[in-house]
Formats: sequence, structure tokens, C-alpha cells
Amino acid sequence: MGTAALMLMLGEGNRRLKAVINTASTLTGLLLAVWLLLRVQADGTAALGVYLPGNWPVPFGIVLVADPLAVFMAVLAGAVGLAALLFALARWQHAGVYFHVLFQLQLMGLYGAFLTGDLFNLFVFFEVLLAASYGLLLHGGGLARVRAGLHYISINLLASLLFLIGVAVIYGVTGTLNMADIAAKIALIPPGDRGLLHAGAAILAVAFLAKAALWPLNFWLPPAYGAASAPSAAVFAILTKVGVYAILRLWTLCFPADAGGASAGFGGPVLVWGGLATLAFGAIGMLASQQLGRLAGYSVIASSGTLIAAIGFDAPALTSGALFYLASSTLAGCALFLLVELIERAREVEEGPEDLDDGNYALPAFLDAEPPKGINLDDNEEALIGRAIPAALAFLGVAFTVCAMVIAGLPPLSGFVSKLSMLQALLDLGSAPAWWLFTLLIGSGLFAAIALMRVGVRHFWTAQDRPAPRLRVVETLPIAALLAAALLLVAQAEAVLGYTRATAEVLHAPRLYIDAVLGTRTVPNPVKGAQP
Amino acid sequence: MEIVVSIAIGIMAGAGVWLVLRPRTFQVLIGLALLSYAVNLFIFSVGSLSVDAEPIVRAGVPADLTNYTDPLPQALVLTAIVIGFATTALYLVVLLALRGLSGGDHVDGQEERS
Repeated sequence: MGTAALMLMLGEGNRRLKAVINTASTLTGLLLAVWLLLRVQADGTAALGVYLPGNWPVPFGIVLVADPLAVFMAVLAGAVGLAALLFALARWQHAGVYFHVLFQLQLMGLYGAFLTGDLFNLFVFFEVLLAASYGLLLHGGGLARVRAGLHYISINLLASLLFLIGVAVIYGVTGTLNMADIAAKIALIPPGDRGLLHAGAAILAVAFLAKAALWPLNFWLPPAYGAASAPSAAVFAILTKVGVYAILRLWTLCFPADAGGASAGFGGPVLVWGGLATLAFGAIGMLASQQLGRLAGYSVIASSGTLIAAIGFDAPALTSGALFYLASSTLAGCALFLLVELIERAREVEEGPEDLDDGNYALPAFLDAEPPKGINLDDNEEALIGRAIPAALAFLGVAFTVCAMVIAGLPPLSGFVSKLSMLQALLDLGSAPAWWLFTLLIGSGLFAAIALMRVGVRHFWTAQDRPAPRLRVVETLPIAALLAAALLLVAQAEAVLGYTRATAEVLHAPRLYIDAVLGTRTVPNPVKGAQP
Repeated sequence: MEIVVSIAIGIMAGAGVWLVLRPRTFQVLIGLALLSYAVNLFIFSVGSLSVDAEPIVRAGVPADLTNYTDPLPQALVLTAIVIGFATTALYLVVLLALRGLSGGDHVDGQEERS
């Protein structure tokens, strides 16, 4: 936030200075998140860092909680944010004067949403990240962006109103807004008020599920993410996971299986079947998509559905696999959104609908980036000698292949490892919904493989006499880094799965979270009269 | 008193929902504004409506909710009002942009095809 304010004061010029400040700030945020992760991991399974920003006693003040899940999400947000920012430095930062400011506000909202332990503070951080995302979605202008942006803003304003209603009802019933305190008080609620609590929780969940793109609340996503500029869409890949995070956090905290009485596991079946419907919708959407941008949007929907269904089973082993899948699909989704633009730019002729807005006509300065026609080294060579594959096209092809394999869940990449761990957990469960998720996980992988293969063939194999695309290192570096991170997930799969298993155990034992938060004391005031 | 406030919230919420589902952008904007008013009143009423309860701490009166109105819902409403105002202004800007780019005020950017 300080960085955003500083860049705002720099005015509309000084773009290079803003780029440096933004990059340094984003990198610092990522390093801090990694440091928190290492600290949480080193302190053992039950380690939860609690911080009282205002130093008010719990539960009256706002608390920030660094537990394994929150820190896990913060690292993901930092990585995705850094990659999107580096990509934007190539040229997208020029499309609007406030890109860097909005970007920093976006990161602030993300980190805050993951770390806060207060329900209304969560609402405020949701609004911060949503407001920044409105601006980022419209970044670059154009009819397609404004039209998709209007729908996106409308849906999210309505979801925010539902958020407020849910928070208000929960406060009315429990008398508190602290998440841990709410969880502690749920067992004490008299039977007459329990229905009201369930109604408030359900309304709150609808707000989160709209953000997480659960069917039938997700029709806004493919047009919005497809219309957004590449760096914005890349950040949006983690934005959808914020809704999943909120569901996971609050549902495991407030409605665990051992909660006394009627609240145990409340809403679990809805999460499972809703997730299954979302997964099916996303898979069919991927198969039906002709444009790569929309296909990427539907893959985000499919991954959200998978995660929500896995959460609803309330099984630590399944949650562990789901968290691994969350990291894998977020990295791959982010990389795919960045790739979409490079691949589209590599094509001379746009085959989509005539009114499709690729953003170029609103940015006349970008025309210089197009390779001049006619310049081709092959013109000097013998007609019968084959032409070497340009390095840029080779990079695009390899990156797309790796990305597709991760999204489809094909071996030996991280998508396969995560799906395998989830399938194994589902075999142990053995219930009817578990078999449905088992089938849909494999089926959606097949659909994704078919859809991505078809798009890949169309983009890479049919090229004829086309000038070689020209890429900048700052554009390829973030994509390579994201895919390298996905590969690193495979190489370090045992360590990562160990972490996600520990995280799942902590999540499904909410007493740890409640005790850590409610047991935190304020820092004593300095003693009066003490001499230095 | 509860019944009057409940009816008022219900009417505003119902009108807001109806308007939000209309096909014109300005109607959606007004619908969102009405829903925002309804939700703000709802949040306010969650602290329970009361008559002759002190709003500010007064000497000699025990500081508990039987003597005072609950200040927390009022604080929540203030935050919600500010956020709602900002997002309504943003929506208006996007509305004008869509009007300029598409030439019409249909929410889809084009009239429905027959």
C-alpha cells in the first residue's frame, strides 16, 4: 500500500522509476512470504504466527494469522504477481498510467485476504483486491474489455452485498467478527438461533463461491478473463483461488466433523456436488472453446470445481492433494494466460470473430512491434533446403506443451502428481460422490488434453511461410520461471506433499487455530519511568 | 418498529433485484444502489433496533448493551457505505465508456438479436 501511494505521488510520468519500484516491492513481498513459509514450516505442525496490528486484546481487535495455509497462498500470490509484473514490463505497462498503482493494490488485497483472521477485515481486503481487479480488467481499453468489465463489476458488486448480509447475520447470532471466536462460539449457540446461523453462513458462502466461479455462478469468468490483458489475466488466475481459500478456511474452521450438534459438516454435500458440476462445466467448456483465451478461462473454472469438490469431502488426505493441485493449476493457469498473448501475436491473421478485440487498435504504438513483412533469411537460401525452427517459435511450442500437460494432468508433470494423490485419497473414501469425482477428474483431464492438443495443432503445425515471431526476454522469462516452478513441484514432490499434508492436518483440527488466536496476548505498554 | 424497517428493507431489496435484472445499464446501476441501501439498513438493524438507548457512553450508566446501542454494526455500515459509493462511481464510469464504445446502453453492448 505504501508503494502504491508513493507511485501515485510520482504522477503520470516516471514510468521507468515506477517499474523499478514496483518490481522491487513485489520481489520483497515474495521474499517475505517465502520467509514466513520457512518459519511456519520450521516451527512444526502446530506453529501459527498471530499478530495484533492495533494491539487490542483478542477478540476485539483485528488479528493477522500466518498459518500453513495462509502462508502457502501468500507465496503463490507473490510468485504469480512477480511473473505477471515482469511480463507487463515488456509493453503492457504503457497501456495505462496507473497500472503499477493498481497492481500494488491488487497484491495488497491478496496478501491481506490470506492473512487476516477477522471476517469484516476479510470483506475490506476483498473489496481492495476487487477494486484493483476492476481497474486491471479494463486496462488497455477496447469494447470487449469494457463490456466484459461491466458484467464483472456487476456480478462482484452483488456478491459483495451478499458478503455483507452474511457477515451481519453471523455477527447478530454470535456477537463477534473474529474467525476463531466465531468458531469457538458456534457450539454454544442455542437451537433456536442455529437456523439463522446456517442461513448467514450459506449466504456468505454464496459470495465466496461466486468469486471461486462455482456453477451456476461462473458464466462471467471466460469473457472477463479472455478479454483482460495478459498480465491482468495472469493475476486473475490466483484471484479465483481467493474464493476457494475463503471457503476452505471458514468451512474447516466453523463446521468441522466434530462440531457439536447440527452444525457438523454443514454445507459439505453442497460443496461436493457443486464442485462436481463446476468441474463438468469447465471440462465441457474447454472442449467447446475455439479461442485459446476462453479455453484458459474454462481451465480456471475446472480447477476451481476440482478444489471445491475436494474440500467438501472433509478428508485431510484429499485436502492435501487438493492443495498441491491448487499450486500446480495456479502456476500453469498463470503461464497459459501469458502464453495466450504471445501465441496470438505469433499469428499474422486472426481467425476469430470479426468484432473480437485483440487490443491492438487501441494501442497504435504497438504496431511497431510487428515484425516487418518480407524480412526472412530463407529468401537467400536454396528453395529446396528446409528452414530451421525459429527459437521463438520453439520456445512457444515447448512452453505450450509443458503447460498443456500440467493442466491436463498428464505424467510426469505436477498436474499428474496432484491428481494421483487426490485419486488415491478418493479410492480410500469409496462413497458415491467420491467415485463421481474420481471419474470426472480423469474425464476432465482427457477433455483438457483433447482441447489443448487441438489448439496446439492449429497454432503450431499449420504455420506456412510466416515470419518468425519476435519475443523479448522479459516476456519469456516469467513464463519459463512459472513452468520451472511447476517442474520444481515434481522434483520436490515429497517435500511439498509433506507440507500440504501437515497443512491439511492443521486445517482439519481447528482447535489449533482457535487456541492460537484466542490465546494471544497484547504486548505490554512500556513501563513508565524506566531509564534507558 | 421492527415490522416497518423490515418492510422498508424488503421493498428496497425487491425493487433492487428487479432492476438489476433489467437489460439497460443505468437500470442495473439504480438497482445496485437500492440493494446497497437495503443491505446497509439490514446491517444496522442486526445490532437490534432500540428506543431511548444511549449512543455515547454516559457517566453513571453501566456500559453494556442493555443500556446502549451496539456501535459495531454502525461502524460496519460506515465502511460499507464508503465502499458502495466508490464502486457505484466506478460502475458509472464503465457505463459511460460502454455507451461511447458501443453506441447503446444495453448491458451486453449490443441489442438482442431476433
